Amino acid sequence: MNEPNKLPSAEDLDARLKRAQEREAKLRQGSDTPRSSALGQAMRVGIELVAGVAVGSLIGYLLDHWLGTRPWLMILFFFLGSGAGMMNVYRVAGASGGSFGKQRSGDEHDRGA
Amino acid sequence: MASPVEQFRLTPLVPIEIGDVDISLTNSSAFMIAAVAVVTLFLTLSMRSGKLVPGRWQSMAELSYEFIANMVRDNVGRDGRQYFPFIFTLFMFILAGNLLGMLPYAYTFTSQIVVTFGLAFVVFIGVTIIGLVRHGTHFFTYFFPDGAPLWMAPLLVPIEVISYLSRPVSLSVRLFANMMAGHTMMKVFGGFTVALAFFGFAPLAMIIALTGFEILVAFLQAYVFTVLTCIYLHDAIHLH
Repeated sequence: MNEPNKLPSAEDLDARLKRAQEREAKLRQGSDTPRSSALGQAMRVGIELVAGVAVGSLIGYLLDHWLGTRPWLMILFFFLGSGAGMMNVYRVAGASGGSFGKQRSGDEHDRGA
Repeated sequence: MASPVEQFRLTPLVPIEIGDVDISLTNSSAFMIAAVAVVTLFLTLSMRSGKLVPGRWQSMAELSYEFIANMVRDNVGRDGRQYFPFIFTLFMFILAGNLLGMLPYAYTFTSQIVVTFGLAFVVFIGVTIIGLVRHGTHFFTYFFPDGAPLWMAPLLVPIEVISYLSRPVSLSVRLFANMMAGHTMMKVFGGFTVALAFFGFAPLAMIIALTGFEILVAFLQAYVFTVLTCIYLHDAIHLH
């Protein structure tokens, strides 16, 4: 069983090591979007959109309450929140690799390293 | 007949009051303790022998460990390894809570927004602190997309901040809504089965299908919650 020619050669080891390293490097890239079902994706998109609007409106409402500027800040923050909700959806949908507007140029190597 | 939402009622088992604050041990908290106990027992008992060739239980424990270890490595990267204990605990706790809720007469504590929001808020605060500690004030550049013209800042910064603040909301609502909707639906079909007498076999078949689906959802939602925690952690560590 232990004939010398049956042992893995150095070249073979190199090849396997390279394959493993490539696989590792691919994993280390890291994915930004979880691989889930279409229904899960749809559910997620809906909740992200509503969450943005809800949080924006709530901030506006509380600021109004505090500063006594009802209803102007709530109106303003409703629209900002809608923008945030759409931004969330845009990121979930994975446009530009899910990192829209977040990519620092020349900082690529920093991602998922 | 009990209403479909009757199952979400909190009942104090051991009434405790400190001052005016009611901190009674409710059925919800009892099931949280049960979830912790189940996970602890599962992991310690199955790994007790620690064989080189694992048996059934040891395989399951090792599988769950490797599942989360791979998830952390794929989604956070190398630097995420030190946060593995927290992520693993989070996953096992939510999974145990979801699955315990599938037992008849059990209480599903993940169907309570206050519980899921508590978990999501801990994640949110923790991730923010990690980002601040690692990057200092540089962390705040996260709220301004690189390459955007500076005069857009008054519009973009509030949007980014709201988007960031909406994370714990969407994270908690997703888990809570899925668990609550599923359990309500099962109870509604259970009501149909009783009301239809002989013809109740039709909704009964539906319940069987729904039970399978609910177990899938229990796993999936625990997974989604954990994976999103990993993604948020990735954002905090690498700032994109």
